[in-house]
Amino acid sequence: MAEASVTLTVNGREVSATVDPRTLLVHFLREQLQLTGTHVGCDTSQCGACTVHLDGRAVKSCALLAVQLEGADVTTIEGVGGPDEMHPMQTAFKENHGLQCGFCTPGMVMKGIDIANRHAAPDEATIRRELEGNLCRCTGYHNIVESIAAGAREMSG
Amino acid sequence: MSERGHIPESRQREKPRADLKWIGKSMKRVEDPRLLVGKGVYTDDVNLPEMAHAAVLRSPHAHARIVSIDVSKAAALPGVLCVMTGADAAAVCDPLPTWASPPVLQPAIAHERVRHVGEAVAAVAAEDRYIAEDACELIEVEYAPLPPVVDPEEALASTGDAVLHPDRGDTNIALERKLTFGPVEEDFAAADLVIERRFRWPRSGGQPLETVGAVASYDEGSGRFTIQCNTSMYNYCGWMIADTLRVAPHKLNIVPTLAGGSFGSKMFVHKVPIIAAALARAAGQPVKFMEDRIDNTTSCDNHASDRVYYAKLALKRDGTLLSLKTRIIDDYGAYFQFGVGQHGNALSQCVGPYRINSVEVDLAAVLTNKCQQGAYRGFGSEVANFVIERLVDAAADELGMDRIALRRQNFIQPDQFPYLIPTGNMYDSGNYQAVLDETLKLADVEHWRAKQAEARAEGRHIGIGIATCQERSVFSATEFWMWNLEPGVEWTSSPDGVSVKIDPTGKAFVTLHSPFWGNSPETVAAQVLAEQLTIDPADIEITYSDTDQGLNSTGPGGSRFTVMVTGAIVGAAGKIREKLLRIAAHLMEADVRDLALEDGAVHVKGVPDMKMSIAELADKAHYYRLSMPDDLDLTSGLDATYVYDHPVTTLPDADERHMGIFYPIMGHSCHIPVVEVDIETGQVHFLHYAAVHDCGTMVNPMTLEGHIRGGTVNGIGTALFEEFRYDEAGQLTTALWTDYLIPTIKESPADIVVGHVETPSPFTEYGVKGGGEGGRMGGPPAIAAAIEDALKPLGVTIDSLPLLPSRLRALIREAQAKQA
Repeated sequence: MAEASVTLTVNGREVSATVDPRTLLVHFLREQLQLTGTHVGCDTSQCGACTVHLDGRAVKSCALLAVQLEGADVTTIEGVGGPDEMHPMQTAFKENHGLQCGFCTPGMVMKGIDIANRHAAPDEATIRRELEGNLCRCTGYHNIVESIAAGAREMSG
Repeated sequence: MSERGHIPESRQREKPRADLKWIGKSMKRVEDPRLLVGKGVYTDDVNLPEMAHAAVLRSPHAHARIVSIDVSKAAALPGVLCVMTGADAAAVCDPLPTWASPPVLQPAIAHERVRHVGEAVAAVAAEDRYIAEDACELIEVEYAPLPPVVDPEEALASTGDAVLHPDRGDTNIALERKLTFGPVEEDFAAADLVIERRFRWPRSGGQPLETVGAVASYDEGSGRFTIQCNTSMYNYCGWMIADTLRVAPHKLNIVPTLAGGSFGSKMFVHKVPIIAAALARAAGQPVKFMEDRIDNTTSCDNHASDRVYYAKLALKRDGTLLSLKTRIIDDYGAYFQFGVGQHGNALSQCVGPYRINSVEVDLAAVLTNKCQQGAYRGFGSEVANFVIERLVDAAADELGMDRIALRRQNFIQPDQFPYLIPTGNMYDSGNYQAVLDETLKLADVEHWRAKQAEARAEGRHIGIGIATCQERSVFSATEFWMWNLEPGVEWTSSPDGVSVKIDPTGKAFVTLHSPFWGNSPETVAAQVLAEQLTIDPADIEITYSDTDQGLNSTGPGGSRFTVMVTGAIVGAAGKIREKLLRIAAHLMEADVRDLALEDGAVHVKGVPDMKMSIAELADKAHYYRLSMPDDLDLTSGLDATYVYDHPVTTLPDADERHMGIFYPIMGHSCHIPVVEVDIETGQVHFLHYAAVHDCGTMVNPMTLEGHIRGGTVNGIGTALFEEFRYDEAGQLTTALWTDYLIPTIKESPADIVVGHVETPSPFTEYGVKGGGEGGRMGGPPAIAAAIEDALKPLGVTIDSLPLLPSRLRALIREAQAKQA
């Protein structure tokens, strides 16, 4: 099978790789770069567990091919903050019990940061409208909305 | 001993207290940091050197004979390491583990016959998943279709080619049993009124975001398998996996990974690890098999109760409930993993919170061409809640009584606990009036009744529903007794263990013997051990054992974890505390009875300055044997294990008059949703939702509320949207999440107002009760009642779920036609 090469920036580092052209971005991140914080949930772009940032905007990495990303800037959950220096959005999820099993969480955090980047002080209706494409089976969403509101406040403050 | 059995003495050691420091606090979760930064290791995050990837070819037919399979093209594809058909698998594996006796034989990969769409027909291991899936497409299978059996009531009469397992006789009835508890016929004869209804409970499932997976390796040198997997119950019955793989149980180590949610669906995962392990042995290198979504929805243990009820409730004209009779047809799908355990479960609380004198259950478990049943939040008891609540609503309507008043009249009273219900199960404690009163307060029913009247005047349809539901917790293996026609599993133990050690520097280590399932096991363990040893939770590290190191532990499921691990930690911490005090007494030349453990140090009572910290004592315990008493039983170090048995169970009656006590730690909830139904579109909007739960002493109100809200939204999914729907040909038309409608944020109420009542259990440590499943146990009947109330002007009756807009529109059209 023909292989293709791609050069992009992931979490601030330039990465050049050879990929099977059909490789999805999420598999490229997980399998080739070992960035396993980005998860695969539904396979059909319903759940948003695979959400990453592409040039600063939240996208579902199961709906993109790695070869589409020549020159792109990708950020995954690993690029957002580590356990000792969490991003305010990560801290807000901890403080507001915005996660249970944690599987949707990286996607929710990435989406939450994106919402906060585009809305200075998002109200509940805005957060709920924006979160339509991210599924959580554990929390009933209540605390996720609280977390994102708190994280956004912290980010703008 | 009465007809219903006897109640043993409580073995509770720790009473609930007001002065607890950690139990009862909304401590932030220990699990969170690694999950938040993308460093939690779920099964799919495990990568081993030389690891291959598996994919599975699945049956497109509901029911067919496999005439031939040609794997030659697949095997020849570059990058393919191994292709395994059903025949190949049968040569190296026995049938999958089952609790049904006589068993319904289930192969890991279908052999000669497929019995449902999605059943595995062949498995491939390849260098990567993409190649493995390419190879599946190259496998050529010829099928000879057989008649599909889809309707459970038609399955009662199947014969000939429509029989799925001819080795069990010319029938698709896997098991049929009638059980009678108490004087049912006399009670029906004494009744003034019998409410009769047919209910249909739909097949739905846990649908966690993470599917099931396994990474298996086989070491030829030692002949041992290692399987990393997001399963549970491995330290209870993981050896059954070894049996299927035809190795001795000590030649298999199951290592738990984090699970990205379960809700019951990963209770005893067997197909995936066995396929991965069989491939790893055949390929000679480690294999990862991670289900994709279709693998999971069509073929894992993700489908739950799928029942038809013909129910009768006998009562007096004054509203006194007397007796309950149900004929149940449950569609188990093609296999029978847990037997009819879901019905044993339902009998733990089938009379709800009400005084009902007798019960009859006439059950037919049928086999159809669908995925087999497994477990989902409630494990069948949530269906019993729906049935009894709908019957009580119908009875109130029939009598012209208020639905709330009829409930109050029949509640078991606070002074009647512990209370044995007709099936023999015990309700340990409760205060149903208090829960109802608190919910009515939070729901502000008066306000919504006024709104409802205003809306009706405008031609709008607002409805208020109520359900007062049991929330059984802490299952016991003795519930299994009615699973089988022939003697099968007759276990009476269902414990959970823990290992605790304090290292020489005073840090604490807890090893749990059951997995992270998406709940908060580390937080619970840290809070309880901190309470017991008066230490800081930040000084406690929590890990999970594999089966090599494991103590007998049943694992989470049946809302067991918090109660059982609390009990195990109390046991282990007690041993450590005793040793600390003994060492301190020796070193401080004091009498043990004069010492107290407080704030992380042992001190002489009344002399706060005479003290030694746990770290100082741990140092002595580890390194200064010659400073210790010269007793043989006083060994160096500071550690303890404890296996905590179920706090209260009894044996089932030999004459089947009752099932014994098997699910006794009885929580309770009241749900009051307020909905508006748009009768033009059939859409349901939540205007308000109040849920009050009594889960005894709360260990962590924050995480409990998380369970309640999340479980309630699961209940909304069951009530309004979710169904594994098979068409007449046995095709699953809702295999993907494009069609199987999990509630998104748009369908979830903006706020579920949660309240608590705490009626401590007299049987468990600190009085804790389980609360993992309650939201889904209370939501569906309450939502059905609210919708029925909204549509009261049209005379619509709700007796089946899910209430999709199309279904509601059909009911509304029917009602309008009748009115016209």
